[in-house]
Amino acid sequence: MSLLKSFFLLVGLMVCALSGPSFAQSDPEALRPLINGLAEGKYAETEKQIGALAATGDPAVAPTLEALGEGDLYVRKSDGAVFITKKAGKGYALTDPLTLEPAGEAGRREVSKIKVNNKLRRVLRSALGSLTLMAADPHVRMAAAEAIFKARDPDGIEALDAALAAETDDGVRKVMEEARAAAVLNSDLDETRKLEAIETLSVMGNRDALSLLIGVQSSANGAVRDAATQAVAKIEKSIAAWDAAQNIWYGLSLGSVLLLAAIGLAITFGVMGVINMAHGEMVMIGAYVTFVVQELIRTSAPGLFDYSLLIALPLAFLTSGLIGVAIERGVIRWLYGRPLETLLATWGISLILQQAVRSIFGPTNREVGNPDWMSGAFELGQMTITYNRMWIIVFAMLVFAGLMLVLKKTPFGLYTRAVTQNRRMAASMGIRTPWVDAMTFGLGSGIAGIAGVALSQIDNVSPNLGQGYIIDSFMVVVFGGVGNLWGTLVGAMTLGIVNKFLEPYAGAVLGKIFVLVIIILFIQKRPRGLFALKGRAVEA
Amino acid sequence: MKKTFTKLALAGLLASTIIGGASAQEDTIKVGILHSLSGTMAISETTLKDAMLMLIEEQNKKGGLLGKQLEAVVVDPASDWPLFAEKARELIEVNGVDAVFGCWTSVSRKSVLPVFEELNSILFYPVQYEGEESQRNVFYTGAAPNQQAIPAVDYLMNEEGVERWVLAGTDYVYPRTTNKILEAYLKSKGVAEEDIMINYTPFGHSDWQTIVSDIKTFGSAGKKTAVVSTINGDANVPFYKELGNAGIKAEDIPVVAFSVGEEELAGLDTAPLVGHLAAWNYFQSADTDANAEFIETWQAYVGDEDRVTNDPMEAHFIGFNMWVEAVEKAGTTDPDAVIDAIVGVSVPNLTGGYSAMMPNHHITKPVLIGEIQDDGQFETVWETSGLVVGDAWSDYLDGSKDLISDWRAPLSCGNFNTATGKCGGSGS
Repeated sequence: MSLLKSFFLLVGLMVCALSGPSFAQSDPEALRPLINGLAEGKYAETEKQIGALAATGDPAVAPTLEALGEGDLYVRKSDGAVFITKKAGKGYALTDPLTLEPAGEAGRREVSKIKVNNKLRRVLRSALGSLTLMAADPHVRMAAAEAIFKARDPDGIEALDAALAAETDDGVRKVMEEARAAAVLNSDLDETRKLEAIETLSVMGNRDALSLLIGVQSSANGAVRDAATQAVAKIEKSIAAWDAAQNIWYGLSLGSVLLLAAIGLAITFGVMGVINMAHGEMVMIGAYVTFVVQELIRTSAPGLFDYSLLIALPLAFLTSGLIGVAIERGVIRWLYGRPLETLLATWGISLILQQAVRSIFGPTNREVGNPDWMSGAFELGQMTITYNRMWIIVFAMLVFAGLMLVLKKTPFGLYTRAVTQNRRMAASMGIRTPWVDAMTFGLGSGIAGIAGVALSQIDNVSPNLGQGYIIDSFMVVVFGGVGNLWGTLVGAMTLGIVNKFLEPYAGAVLGKIFVLVIIILFIQKRPRGLFALKGRAVEA
Repeated sequence: MKKTFTKLALAGLLASTIIGGASAQEDTIKVGILHSLSGTMAISETTLKDAMLMLIEEQNKKGGLLGKQLEAVVVDPASDWPLFAEKARELIEVNGVDAVFGCWTSVSRKSVLPVFEELNSILFYPVQYEGEESQRNVFYTGAAPNQQAIPAVDYLMNEEGVERWVLAGTDYVYPRTTNKILEAYLKSKGVAEEDIMINYTPFGHSDWQTIVSDIKTFGSAGKKTAVVSTINGDANVPFYKELGNAGIKAEDIPVVAFSVGEEELAGLDTAPLVGHLAAWNYFQSADTDANAEFIETWQAYVGDEDRVTNDPMEAHFIGFNMWVEAVEKAGTTDPDAVIDAIVGVSVPNLTGGYSAMMPNHHITKPVLIGEIQDDGQFETVWETSGLVVGDAWSDYLDGSKDLISDWRAPLSCGNFNTATGKCGGSGS
């Protein structure tokens, strides 16, 4: 059997070699032995086979190679035929790799996967690159050019030249030219061509180009080497400037996470003066609400997945808020004016909540998915900006603005400020202070809950989620000035940016320690934080 | 008459309680389980507690041990290192257990060592660790560095052609020691100082933007780069999320992890991570009958068809079976007899071979390198041709390369210095 197959394979190869792509295109069935050959032997044999398939230059093999890269290519054990598969119930739905027609189903034990490793994925990427350069979809052409850029395969130059001649989209053309430059540098073409290529890469100016040019610098000599050295120096200079911008962005992003975690605390601790050690658990509960919402959506309405976070927001606010009200009514209201007891009681509550979540959901991490609009990244100049971080910054700002609006423009906000500024006078004006206390605490907890929705996108959803944020939250509130929301905003952003500028030099561990030391020194100078409240409210 | 009867009944009751109590003590063999069920480590250790309870239940179904039933005694050291020592003492002195299975972090193990030595009991430790230790009362069923870290680096060097290395870890004893060993090893292979970047982060670190971008920068120096990660537990999820979002693909900069198993991946969407690597001695995807049976029993025991298995669970499986066999061989649960009997005991592991207890109290294991798949499982892409013997003392560190460990008579020493010929010498 295997001998016969090798024979076919050999014939196939010879035919391809002799008559070139035109023959293969006219009879797709000639490709079948080559495709079935993918399932034979170990990685090294599969690699050879991929090379043979790519050498046909026939776009009809692209779906097969794609499926192989995705791990969707299986071989049927009974006859050695290779299929593109998709999970269907307990088994797999088979698709013919050449005609792309459905080809029945197979049980889990009847087929076995054609394994790929990183090396094969690299080979596949570059093979697919040359095959799909002429595709109709510009995104596919772009991806193809990028793949060739990474592979730096000199054999791709010819294909790229042909594609460049036909290309109409300027963006794709640029990437193709860059890919061509990368391939030229890796080939044994003459000096002038290489100098041109270095010029192209020097204009490209990002880290990928830099990486390539450093390689050229160490391997080439003469004029090429000098040109590469110049280009490297130029790129490094521009990247250094972008690095500073990138650090500020990281700082803002860390600051917005700190702001989200601390802003609820700014109300319960800052405005009400309650040392609430269970604040982190409110964040955690918000994250678990997101998990539950996503689970329900996955099982009952998968189409809504992209909206899962929007659905989770009000629910998280309500859940955490109600738990907050219950804690205030049940425990904290008996302890006003006794900070030490409040601290211990809320610490106890935080342990109870953690263990409760652990008992209900189990101690292991829960998977909260990123909706599509929160995955991936885009490039801004030489900066990489990830979507989830960007949306979290936007979200933090919205929450902050919303909270300001509630406190400054609504009757409830007015009552809250009145009660915290002068409880007895507010009471004698007819405000039900216990009710306001409960609602304010609920508001702070609810805000923590929606912070949990955002944090579920970047952190673990586990019972320990809240613990990681409690110290940082207190730090932000104390640093920014107790009782002042603007202080919390400025404090969070300052700490974020300082932290991110220290981290590259001092490392993450020392950086954190430095930030703590800075805060301690700062508090020595200004015990009431950045934006200290003035007037009689301070004494109360 | 009535009075006498009452008295008699009372006496009878009393007697029966005493006899009952005594017989209960004689009828069962107690096994201690020392894993955190609350606190930060609960995420990893709770699973091991359940795995032990399952193994004990299975053993009892087979008729117990030495004709007696096994009884599990579970305590919760709550991720609190000093509490580990107290709870270990409670297990041995108050509950009278014959062997203890437990601990996860190295610091918890170090905290209970003196207790096991003083009270002369037995501990089975199931997690991969940094080595540099061999104790008479402890059996290390997890991987030593030469059973995990070194083969993984070899794989990257030979198969992927990696020339530049990022060693990223959480800041505590296991990553620091492992990275020290790896650094010495890489240098011995001719890797230059500037091609190694070492980076430590605090426990539970969640903001990986700077480090991921540093890795990207470090990787753009024209040489193939890989990350060797000893990042622990919880911090991995945000790390991998950031990697995925920043578009670092395994084909360009692969990450090989020593603390990421099936359990850690359960909280992650692994589609952007396909191809990143992990080195272990067991993967749930191992295609053997023993493993299929183990997974089935486990999922039935916890009542969850999606529950995964992982490497430390296999280590407990091996350790428990070794202990059972050693007790049967010795005919008693007396620690001294078991410690003597267990060396050389060999039991089936779940990857289709046999693991044996060596005289240095470490075991033999195959080393597997797996790539993450989009379903949260690993696919083995490489494995050692035979079993690797756990080496307590690394050959690549100055202080420990002359040390060997052999707990058989007449040597009976955990850190024998071959250069000076003395026991207890901590290196040249």
